[in-house]
Amino acid sequence: MDTGIGAAVTRKEDFRFLTGQGNYTDDIARPGQAHAVFVRSVVAHANLRAVNTEAASAMPGVVAVFTGDDLQGVGGVPCGFAPDGGPMNEPPRPVLAQGKVRFVGDMVAMVIAETAEQARDAAEAVDVDYDELPAVVSMEAAQAEGAPTIHDLDDNSCFSWGIGDAEATDAAFAKADHVTTLELVNNRKCPNAIEPRAAIGEYDPAHDSYTLYTTSQNPHVIRLLMGAFVLGIPEHKLRVVSPDVGGGFGSKIPHYPEEIAVTWAGKQVGRPVKWTAERTESFLSDTHGRDHITRVELACTSDGEFLGLRVHTQANMGAYLSTFGPLIPTYLYGTLLAGVYTTPAIRCEVDGVFTNTAPVDAERGAGRPEATFLLERVVETAARELGIDPVELRRRNFIASDAFPYQTPVIVQYDSGNYEQVLDRAAELADYAGFAQRREEAKSRGRLRGLGFAGYIEACGMAPSNIAGVIGARAGLFEAAQVRVHPTGSVSVYTGSHSHGQGHETTFAQVVSDRLGIPFENVDVVHGDTDQIPFGMGTYGSRSLAVGGSAICKALDKIIAKGKKIAAHALEAGESDIDFESGEFRVRGTDKSVGFGDIALSAYVPHNYPLEELEPGLDEGAFYDPTNFTFPAGCHICEVEVDPETGTTQIVNWNAVDDFGKIVNPMIVDGQVHGGIAHGVGQAMLENCAYDEDSGQLLSGSLTDYCIPRADDLPSFHIETTETPCPHNPLGVKGCGEAGAIAAPAALINAITDAIGVAHVDMPATPEKVWAALQSAQGE
Amino acid sequence: MYEFNYRRASSVFDAVSSSDQSGDASYLAGGMTLIPVLKFRLAAPSDVIDLADLGELKGIRTENGAVAIGAMTTHAEVAGSAEVRQAIPALADLAESIGDPQVRNRGTIGGSIANADPAADYPAAVVGLGATVHTNSRTIGADDFFTAMFETALEPGELVTAVSFPVPDRAAYMKFPNPASRYAIVGVMVSQSGDGVRVAVTGAGGRVFRVAEMEQALAANFVPEAVAGISVSAEGLNEDLHASPEYRAHLVTVMARRAVAAAG
Repeated sequence: MDTGIGAAVTRKEDFRFLTGQGNYTDDIARPGQAHAVFVRSVVAHANLRAVNTEAASAMPGVVAVFTGDDLQGVGGVPCGFAPDGGPMNEPPRPVLAQGKVRFVGDMVAMVIAETAEQARDAAEAVDVDYDELPAVVSMEAAQAEGAPTIHDLDDNSCFSWGIGDAEATDAAFAKADHVTTLELVNNRKCPNAIEPRAAIGEYDPAHDSYTLYTTSQNPHVIRLLMGAFVLGIPEHKLRVVSPDVGGGFGSKIPHYPEEIAVTWAGKQVGRPVKWTAERTESFLSDTHGRDHITRVELACTSDGEFLGLRVHTQANMGAYLSTFGPLIPTYLYGTLLAGVYTTPAIRCEVDGVFTNTAPVDAERGAGRPEATFLLERVVETAARELGIDPVELRRRNFIASDAFPYQTPVIVQYDSGNYEQVLDRAAELADYAGFAQRREEAKSRGRLRGLGFAGYIEACGMAPSNIAGVIGARAGLFEAAQVRVHPTGSVSVYTGSHSHGQGHETTFAQVVSDRLGIPFENVDVVHGDTDQIPFGMGTYGSRSLAVGGSAICKALDKIIAKGKKIAAHALEAGESDIDFESGEFRVRGTDKSVGFGDIALSAYVPHNYPLEELEPGLDEGAFYDPTNFTFPAGCHICEVEVDPETGTTQIVNWNAVDDFGKIVNPMIVDGQVHGGIAHGVGQAMLENCAYDEDSGQLLSGSLTDYCIPRADDLPSFHIETTETPCPHNPLGVKGCGEAGAIAAPAALINAITDAIGVAHVDMPATPEKVWAALQSAQGE
Repeated sequence: MYEFNYRRASSVFDAVSSSDQSGDASYLAGGMTLIPVLKFRLAAPSDVIDLADLGELKGIRTENGAVAIGAMTTHAEVAGSAEVRQAIPALADLAESIGDPQVRNRGTIGGSIANADPAADYPAAVVGLGATVHTNSRTIGADDFFTAMFETALEPGELVTAVSFPVPDRAAYMKFPNPASRYAIVGVMVSQSGDGVRVAVTGAGGRVFRVAEMEQALAANFVPEAVAGISVSAEGLNEDLHASPEYRAHLVTVMARRAVAAAG
């Protein structure tokens, strides 16, 4: 069976997952561990008059109860990004509330007991005296004149940021024949990883060192943030382990106060301290995604040539800045507003706003779904207003396939792409030509059929560290790898990427097996432990193969280069005469060769070995810093039928063509696209993270109210890929994990509005909203 | 959850007397509501009396023109019963529409109606088919059983043992599910039998209710058009994240009309 690059190899990791042998944080039981439960604010905004822990401390099994007073010497939770380095209001976020709570779920106290149930009992006995303040829940309320301020600031503004040439954009609008305007809400989501967050903090007095087990997508980042900025623990005294992690979707990127609390408390109580979130606690305290209010205007000629795009967005930051909160609605958003089009002038302004709600950070796509949604909605709407076929309008404005590298007016330079080919193939797959007939047939059954397009481009493979620094990231965005060849030729690969569902153990093993010409079974991938992995920036933004995989390739190059030296000695030939192919080192033009396994053995049993020139061993590390982002692109076409009596939307067809560059494992890519589309459909039709406007209580705090998509909400997808290799990384790969979530919302809302003949329906387009839109359209 | 005494009843008599002797007992049938409520710490019964071993409460019998279903019969058993499918297909369809496979394999008819969730499906069947609820001490007519949101005519400790559904001439259940919970946002059971027409609505109000105007119109002419123009008032209907009272009122008419059409 082919297991190399391009083969649909079944996943190595699935055996342990499917047989219940995964090792998740909550599966770990440390000797002597105690259990923590957090007392969380039940009100959205209040001064704390008192937090009385006396009764709780006396409850059975209670080990300790801590409040903000106990953590006064401990640093706050840091933020990792300020747009352009500032100015940005960056109020402190204490680990446990100090005098004030700012959202329902804010942590007030930590109760540690022998069992989790005892800790829950005692947590109920913590008496919190709230002096309630009016809550500012919506961004409108937060920005109103005289609104109560959440932090010790003049108002609730976090930042005001802009990108693109405002004057050139104004000039473009001045000469436009037509302007299409939309007011859009990009609804707040809960990422809802199926594994809830969990953490265990442990202190080893013998070595004065700490271990944190945590559900993180990036354990080294947590080590750096918590060690350097919060608890003052140097890296060599702090180990962070993220074992098997059951989904992240961005919500396990940030550094969370619970991780700090258990690590700190582990030393205080002299025992490992474990916490696992309950589902409602996850809804309350995981970072949320999206939550934008946007006005978008597209200026065109009467022929539909795009002249300018103007965007104003209010972005909800929540009550505190999460680790990458301010990055998402700025540089991961405004830089994608050219989309796949030649729009020459773009201006985007974003106001980041504090509200009494949970912090907002990355969620699958992070900024790029928001950009794609507004762009593809306004393009589709312009097509309808101008009476131009939406395929034709897009075609007229595509960046041509020979125009790469293409410099957009919003900083980024696209490296490669062929958007017309992708659209043409998608339209063919979707039988766009036959749609009118299908619509008529649906009408005869009393159904309204609609079709919606979404072209998209995303910037993945984050990111060149120098650019990251310029735009305001307080970190580099390279990746690290170590390839350890063992004496008998099997290989352990240590990667700074982190798999929490992506299948790296399989994909990365395919790359290594392919490059070294050794059996797939002889390669294992290790991730998620700062004591084992040299360094790592983690997994998010569809970066793992493009950046982490490239680091592995660099390390493999070093292995092969050293192997050639050893082979040259063994074969008594010049190093430059050695070729490496299919696992054999061969003297060019001869039949003299030696296998990879023999070279590995020779490196560890160096009897016949150039010891004077070469160290023994075959173990190489590499860091890879990308020279550019990668730019996957694609086109999704969604077809729906709406029941006009109830407003129910049924997705009847989903066709997509994506260009992810080279593909290592097409089965895993299909899975990522399927999951991504489901994620986007969830946002567009089902998911609604809603707070009560007055009280700030979370209304969608359980899975009986918050609707995540299920199999019967989705059709069978018809997906294909085209392959325009990325020109600047060794594998030619671009990334695929977020594409579906980026494309799906616009495609679906375009289809629904097409079906019911209205300009816009806000997400989630629930049956009632669609029904109400139909009612008002009929009333007009 | 809070601590409680767990007892596994050996007979209906044992269950009821255990309940009588305890301070504040809850019966555990399928646990589809009670267990989450306990885990959320929203209830603190002194005793939980598990009915799992009570074979006498399980099973489906057709006799004297009625289908009698034991209280501990699961939704999956009702949905999969050839007897129910033969006698009252609308009832099998309703059971099939409850929750998901896990819920249907655990949840029971007795547990569902005793809980009286305003959005549960079975109340529409009980009222819409004019069923009789049997308890350890008496029988209660469908129209007297559900008294308010999460409240029934059951006395403290009284245990539902079976529900018997008279076989109608025709009936159908149409449900507009809550997309998240799959409870009914609106569910309408329509039936016609020798005793007349019943139209029972679940999900829309604080408890299941009948729509007299629709029943009268259908008694005169059992065709979908008979109810198409009849709407219920939105006033007092439920309001939540998923549906406004106005939308629920609208759905009552649509679901009723579709149920009549399906009943044929």
